[in-house]
Amino acid sequence: MPTAYPRGLGSGLELSLVVPTELSRRELSWVIGGPQGGGINASAEIYAKALLRGGLHVFANIEFHSNIMGKHSYYRVTTAPVPVRSHIDAIHMLVALDQETLFGDASERKHYPSHTGHVHRVSPGGGIVYDADLKIDNARFGRDDIHLYQIPYFEVLEEALDQVGKGGQSRKYIVMRNTVALGASIGIAGYDEELLFEAIRDEFKGRKAEAAEMNIAAVRVAAAYARNHFPQRPDRQLAPLPAAQRRPRLLIKGFQAVGIAKLKAGLGMQTYYPISPATDESVYLEQKGPQYQLTVVQCEDEIASINMAIGAAHMGVRAATSTAGPGFALMSEGFGFAAITEAPGPVVFLWQRGGPSTGLPTRTEQADLQFALHPAHGDFPHIVIASGDIEEAFFDSFESFNWADRYQLPVVVLLEKFLASSLFTSERLDTSRLRIDRGPVYRPASPEQNGYRRHVITADGVSPRSVPGTAGGIFSTTSDEHDPQGHITEGIENRIAMMRKRMEKLETAAREIPDAFKWKLHGPAQADLTLVGWGSTKGAILDAMGELEAEGRSVNFLQLRLMRPFPADAVSRILADAKTTILVEANYTGQLGALIREQTGVVMRHRVLKYDGRPFSRNEVVEGVSAALADHKTEVMVSHA
Amino acid sequence: MPETASAPRKFTLQEYKTDVHVDWCPGCGDFGILSSIQQAFVQLQIPPHRIAMISGIGCSGKTPHYIDTYGLHTLHGRALPVATGAKLANHELTVVAVGGDGDGYGIGAGYFVNSGRRNVDMTYIVFNNGVYGLTKGQASPTLGKGLKTKSMPEASIQEGVNPLAVALGAGYTWIGRGYALDVKHLVPLIVQAISHKGTAFLDVFQTCPVYNDLRTKDWYAGEDIGRPRLRRLDADPEWNPVVNDSGNIAEIVEKKTRALTASYETSDSLAVGLFYKVTLPTYDDQLAIKVPALRDHPLVDLPLDQRNVEPLFEELA
Repeated sequence: MPTAYPRGLGSGLELSLVVPTELSRRELSWVIGGPQGGGINASAEIYAKALLRGGLHVFANIEFHSNIMGKHSYYRVTTAPVPVRSHIDAIHMLVALDQETLFGDASERKHYPSHTGHVHRVSPGGGIVYDADLKIDNARFGRDDIHLYQIPYFEVLEEALDQVGKGGQSRKYIVMRNTVALGASIGIAGYDEELLFEAIRDEFKGRKAEAAEMNIAAVRVAAAYARNHFPQRPDRQLAPLPAAQRRPRLLIKGFQAVGIAKLKAGLGMQTYYPISPATDESVYLEQKGPQYQLTVVQCEDEIASINMAIGAAHMGVRAATSTAGPGFALMSEGFGFAAITEAPGPVVFLWQRGGPSTGLPTRTEQADLQFALHPAHGDFPHIVIASGDIEEAFFDSFESFNWADRYQLPVVVLLEKFLASSLFTSERLDTSRLRIDRGPVYRPASPEQNGYRRHVITADGVSPRSVPGTAGGIFSTTSDEHDPQGHITEGIENRIAMMRKRMEKLETAAREIPDAFKWKLHGPAQADLTLVGWGSTKGAILDAMGELEAEGRSVNFLQLRLMRPFPADAVSRILADAKTTILVEANYTGQLGALIREQTGVVMRHRVLKYDGRPFSRNEVVEGVSAALADHKTEVMVSHA
Repeated sequence: MPETASAPRKFTLQEYKTDVHVDWCPGCGDFGILSSIQQAFVQLQIPPHRIAMISGIGCSGKTPHYIDTYGLHTLHGRALPVATGAKLANHELTVVAVGGDGDGYGIGAGYFVNSGRRNVDMTYIVFNNGVYGLTKGQASPTLGKGLKTKSMPEASIQEGVNPLAVALGAGYTWIGRGYALDVKHLVPLIVQAISHKGTAFLDVFQTCPVYNDLRTKDWYAGEDIGRPRLRRLDADPEWNPVVNDSGNIAEIVEKKTRALTASYETSDSLAVGLFYKVTLPTYDDQLAIKVPALRDHPLVDLPLDQRNVEPLFEELA
């Protein structure tokens, strides 16, 4: 049973507060599961593309192990004719490539089982597509309220291959079982097969065109088999919008939004060391590099990554590096170096995963906020922004480079695995109003001019930077404390002046950065219930708000975006007006809550936390909030096993 | 940005000097290296504003403050990654990284190895004195086993590293060694190193008169054995460290083997000079294959702020 677990109290769940919304009535939660390497990604993404083409909204997220091949992974595609930004734990259609997807790995593992399968998540009236060759006794499912669709994957594949002149080759093309399973589920859900064929042809182009026809045959045969053998349909069916109502949208993942934004921002050099879940972004940039004149360097470690980027930034090139917690740990000293030498950057993209240490490399968490705020020893200025969705990730990534140049400091863009690898339907991102600001640049009146001072004291703390290579702009700078010329000094007055000058840049940034980047209050200005969160829990919280508006209760959501410099005044003001505050965060200690308390003195009345390495589902937000309110609990942990 | 054509003018030694007080100890070997670098710049006539000096941390790390070029005095052990980033950002600059032996072979060992693999067109000069001077004389990675300087409470019980052997294995395309107090010999080595296309690695024996009482000026001069300890490789007319055919693996292995042997001569005879040189495509060259615009312009001058990313959205529609 779905349960919220108040810490130290065995209280159950209060679902009575949930109001059905248009989204919850009309969405379809489809999950495909199988061994890693079994093709679930391809199937799910082709399916998602077919939904996009049908004018539907899609939100899809993947869960997988830190493993190359064989371990259980699953891809959840949630779709609706209305916008959807979150998933639910309930499954309307489960597509299983193997037995483990159904029942978990408890029977095969001597050690702690990693999961119990997905059958228990299938909602009443839902369906399961699985391989008839597994010969599973129906009784084993223990469910008489769902539909079971046994499809003989191998036999269907045989027939499909036969149709395209490849009869008798099923062993060779056994990997196509995923397409058979997908096709069967489409046949049962009643979606327009032509849209799926279109998506398949999109995926397999050019030299792969033959594969496209094979996959199309597999879908066609599987869908027909399912329709002919199983007259009973699940409660929820799937239909595209009428053609006239279909809007052209993007199907985009977080790492792509960030990558494109960085190219748009004029990124010159990206450095990285391979690490989950940050690598996808760097590899994407590497692919696009030649076309966009971008230099991408794969480094020997993250210390090299950040220092190479700092070297490039000092030379006047926009530079970035992308990493996850373990790599960020190695970058520590680089932050201080960039900050004290007033390098214009780099921008560090921190894709959070489950910590501490190696932790949960392929899972999500929001436990690096305090780390991002305190990346190195000493007092120094830097900027930290946390993005909550595709659009924010795009515009934050773009703007972060302007801040790096404008204030000459390192910037952290805080993201999560969940955002990196989740698929969203998104409206086209409007780049027409984006402007690149390289900040103040020193241009000597003549090449013979002397006396340039790289770290000259200014009112706003920012000293115009000269671009190395320029005659008349020569400077040295150092990680030691230095004078305005950049030379080492331990003088007392200079030290005080330099500390103030550098830290003043934070004040300048706080004044200049628009509120839209600092915080957002979603929903009514005044509400009975104020949810507080950050990062990619945004989607689950926004979608949960409607369901929480029970019994006439109003709900709003304060989303924190700029973590440093922190918008303390605005947050104080908003929270002073809030009646009941509930913090929602994916970490153990409530790191945003701690930051708010540090900056404003305000203590959140309730905390709903999750630290199982999986993203908040919409229902977990609802359940956690409901449990906190019902039981007057300070803290509630939510997790769906 | 390219130099504008103007009447050729001669850069003098004075133009490579700053008025910053040099705070090295009297008699420090660093002075010889500093002076040699400045003289090499004069010989090469590289305009000061077209040079970036990148240093690590330690006494040697202060070098950029004393040379009137662009300078980044970075972190302990990280000079090479910073230099790499600087060079790839603007390959028209002459990039010279400097650091100590603790900086390069200890805390920066990973970068020392991997920079050899990359072959970015830059120069790396290591001030090798066997001790950590700024922290008052602990053993550095090049101080051999059983040695105890006057600054150490106990003799070292770990072996010293052979940086030239490491450099050969790492793939450096120009490997040399000089001596800080033989400026006449050191200047042409630095000139060659900077002129080499690819990463040039130059280890320089340097005396630390305050903390290293073993590797002294007199010791290098061989006062105790009656002949100089330093043997110049080019004194041997047979010595040919240059690979003629970089596609010839046999020749590469042969020349590396000879260089390796020369690098292991110890105690009574230490070789200085050019150990190994091969011309291979640089990392910069290979980037320019991917991005042809880099052949004519440094990255910093490319119009990267005018990119059209609409096709990337198109791919996702």
